[in-house]
Amino acid sequence: MNRLSEFMLPPAKSTLAGETDALFHFINVTSLIILTGITIAIIVFAWKYRRRSEDDVTPVITHNSTLEITWSVIPLILVMIVFGWGFSGYMNLTTAPDDAYEIRVVGKSWLWEFHYETGAVSVNELHVPVDRPVKLVMTSDDVLHSLYIPDYRVKMDVLPNRYTSLWFEATETSESIIFCSEYCGTQHSNMDAKVIVHSQDEFDEWLESGDEIDEDMPPAERGEALVVRNGCNACHSDDGSRLVGPSFQGLWMSDVTLEDGEVVTADENYIRESIIDPNAKITEGYDAVMPSYQGVISDRGIDDIIEYIKTLE
Amino acid sequence: MSTSQDSKKSTKLRVKRFKPEENPKHHYLNAEKGLWAWLTTVDHKKIGLLYLASIALFFLVGGILALVIRAELLTPARSFIDADVYNQVFTLHGAIMIFFFLVPSVPAALGNFVLPLQLGAKDVAFPRLNLASFYIYTIGSVFTLIAIFTGGVDTGWTFYTPYSAETGGNVLMMTLGIFILGFSSILTGVNFIVTIHKMRSPGLTWDKLPLNLWALYATSIIQVLATPVLAITLLLLTLERALGIGIFDPNLGGDPVLYQHFFWFYSHPAVYIMIVPGFGIISEVMSTFSRKTIFGYWAIAISSLAIAFIGFLVWGHHMFTAGQSSLASMVFSFLTFLVGIPTGIKIFNWVATMYKGSIDMKAPMLYAMIFLFLFTIGGFTGIMLGALAVDIHLHDTYYVVAHFHYVMMGGMVMAFLAGLHYWWPKMFGRMYSELWARISAIIVFIGFNMTFLPQFVMGSQGMPRRYFNYIEQFQPFHQLSTVGAFTMAVGFFIMAAYLGHSIFKGKRAAANPWGSRALEWQTSSPAPHHNFEHTPVIINGPYDYHKPMSEFQLGIAHEHDEHHEGEKVDVETGTATGKA
Repeated sequence: MNRLSEFMLPPAKSTLAGETDALFHFINVTSLIILTGITIAIIVFAWKYRRRSEDDVTPVITHNSTLEITWSVIPLILVMIVFGWGFSGYMNLTTAPDDAYEIRVVGKSWLWEFHYETGAVSVNELHVPVDRPVKLVMTSDDVLHSLYIPDYRVKMDVLPNRYTSLWFEATETSESIIFCSEYCGTQHSNMDAKVIVHSQDEFDEWLESGDEIDEDMPPAERGEALVVRNGCNACHSDDGSRLVGPSFQGLWMSDVTLEDGEVVTADENYIRESIIDPNAKITEGYDAVMPSYQGVISDRGIDDIIEYIKTLE
Repeated sequence: MSTSQDSKKSTKLRVKRFKPEENPKHHYLNAEKGLWAWLTTVDHKKIGLLYLASIALFFLVGGILALVIRAELLTPARSFIDADVYNQVFTLHGAIMIFFFLVPSVPAALGNFVLPLQLGAKDVAFPRLNLASFYIYTIGSVFTLIAIFTGGVDTGWTFYTPYSAETGGNVLMMTLGIFILGFSSILTGVNFIVTIHKMRSPGLTWDKLPLNLWALYATSIIQVLATPVLAITLLLLTLERALGIGIFDPNLGGDPVLYQHFFWFYSHPAVYIMIVPGFGIISEVMSTFSRKTIFGYWAIAISSLAIAFIGFLVWGHHMFTAGQSSLASMVFSFLTFLVGIPTGIKIFNWVATMYKGSIDMKAPMLYAMIFLFLFTIGGFTGIMLGALAVDIHLHDTYYVVAHFHYVMMGGMVMAFLAGLHYWWPKMFGRMYSELWARISAIIVFIGFNMTFLPQFVMGSQGMPRRYFNYIEQFQPFHQLSTVGAFTMAVGFFIMAAYLGHSIFKGKRAAANPWGSRALEWQTSSPAPHHNFEHTPVIINGPYDYHKPMSEFQLGIAHEHDEHHEGEKVDVETGTATGKA
């Protein structure tokens, strides 16, 4: 039976996952026992009392108060146990310790931004220290999203008009996946991210550098790394194939036809504007769905991305 | 053969036995001929069949959409359609199955057909209103079809704001269609409530009311009380989209969580609109095919009403992760568990009905047993989702999808199929192939579990719902699920084939092929134009299998019948005869 619950659940990598799993296990086991009982009763009755002739006479059994009370009260007790257990787990899940390390989260269609106390920003990669409570304070720039980390058994909707929060304490230095679990449109299923759990020292180091992208790299390579890190490639291909947005291949200095029929040249200023204020010029045949990267990608970063796009002819 | 003879002010009615005519020449299907007669009929039976044809069509459309979804999910990312198309397909699958199939399936199609028959009435209380509600349903459908062909809708069947306020496509037309559809549901509810109150035959007291009618009664109350809230919500959504009035969209100063409250205030009771009538069918089928008194009549009847009532107070359990207060979540979780109790009581009572019965495993009974098994799984997984801490993990994953389908398809659709096979002879006067019916039931059962059991596992492992793309570890589960869905489709096509065959070439059905004591079987098959050629008189409960069949075929004897030979019984009217 334990095997079943283990098979059904992802690995437990937070302090509170165990409690949720125990309740999951309890409900599974209790349900399976009762379900088996009911199923056996149905099969046994169907066979034992099968119709033998059209003149079968059946006893008149209209009700039995003892039985009715038994099968009302026992389930009632069971569900009350489940209720209390679930509620106490929920309170633990929703009450972050006072000393929790806070990280701000912004959900946008379709990427996650993580803002740290030092001003460091990461996109689609959440860096956290191990063995320390972390509280995510979250808001959305557009529609509803929901931040879900299966390995930690936590999930919370991300709303445009208010802050919501969740907390967890990772128990091992490893990587786990983050999903968006509230439907948010075309790229909903690609709006995933990674939690990367560091030891406290490593985490501090990461905060300091803020950037694994090497200053000594050639600008075009740095640009490519930025495109990957910021999730640009989820919507813009580098091989000419059509995704949600126009491909980067062959973009440089090409003539772009806009929605209103105007034709512009894809030069430095066009690319810069398309990153900072993406909805100012919409390419014909595409939807105005890209979020702004103002404050996320630095001016130097934009330079690098331009260099990268130049290489994709 | 006489019953309670006593006292006081009882009016004596002269009754005699009316044996139903076998192979009637005249019945409701040939009373009027031609397309026009069908389209303008006020006969509840024909309106029931019109609904049946409509929901069958929508089930086919919704089912094909489901197959498209499953085929696309065979591989991660694009298999054969784009993400945007996929999003429209799952939206339409949900909206069509819920609003156009599940909600009207039992009440409007089977309920319309059988409710007056079970009451011994000639028709529903307002026959024209009944026809009107069918046309309102049709108009709503047309709006929805227009929406599909003019841009489509990609919001999910829940139309959550602000996405639904901002996305492209024809959301307005779709919500208007569902808005209109709601009135059809309300009118049917009103009609049923009045009919049950005012049109019961002499002697049909509340304690002799078939459990199917208790269930329809509870359903009607929810339809009348909850549907207007959906109408208002969709209207507000329309105003917001069309006129830019800020209600739910934060850009305009609205609150998206308010939308969720409004939406689930209808849509949670709505799942009871869908499932409670199914409970009614199961009670009828269990008793008939066990040839035995139903166990715990009052427990089943009252639990339907209890579910209808408590069902109004649990909507917040859809919003445990939506940002509502912890207190609200606690209260909603608590009340959710309370709904589980009457549901459990029903299941135990049905199983107890089989005890020492004379069980005939005909197709309707087979479906009823499949229902018991699948619905119980649906119920237990509902307990899982009601538990706050676990729901935080499982919310918006495939676990919810699987749970919902176990309740709605494993529960409701199986109950609907039980009812369809049960009343089929009364509808068309023909029998279907019992062998093929069992074969298709078993194929559907296997296919169903193959489709949705893996989804419980995927969901627990963290696979979110409404995903076009997914990570590789989930692929084997998705593939199994897809194979299951196509298996199920085979089962349904076999069903369509033998049912279609039976209408034209099936064996003639007897008036009462199942040996049931229920009133609708005490008239010929197909039923006469006005249901009964006499006014039925009820002296026994509908499940009193220990009483002879002759006591269930009584009707008021007219003055001029007085000299005829026939069994005569004196009965009281208006007072309840003692029932243990």
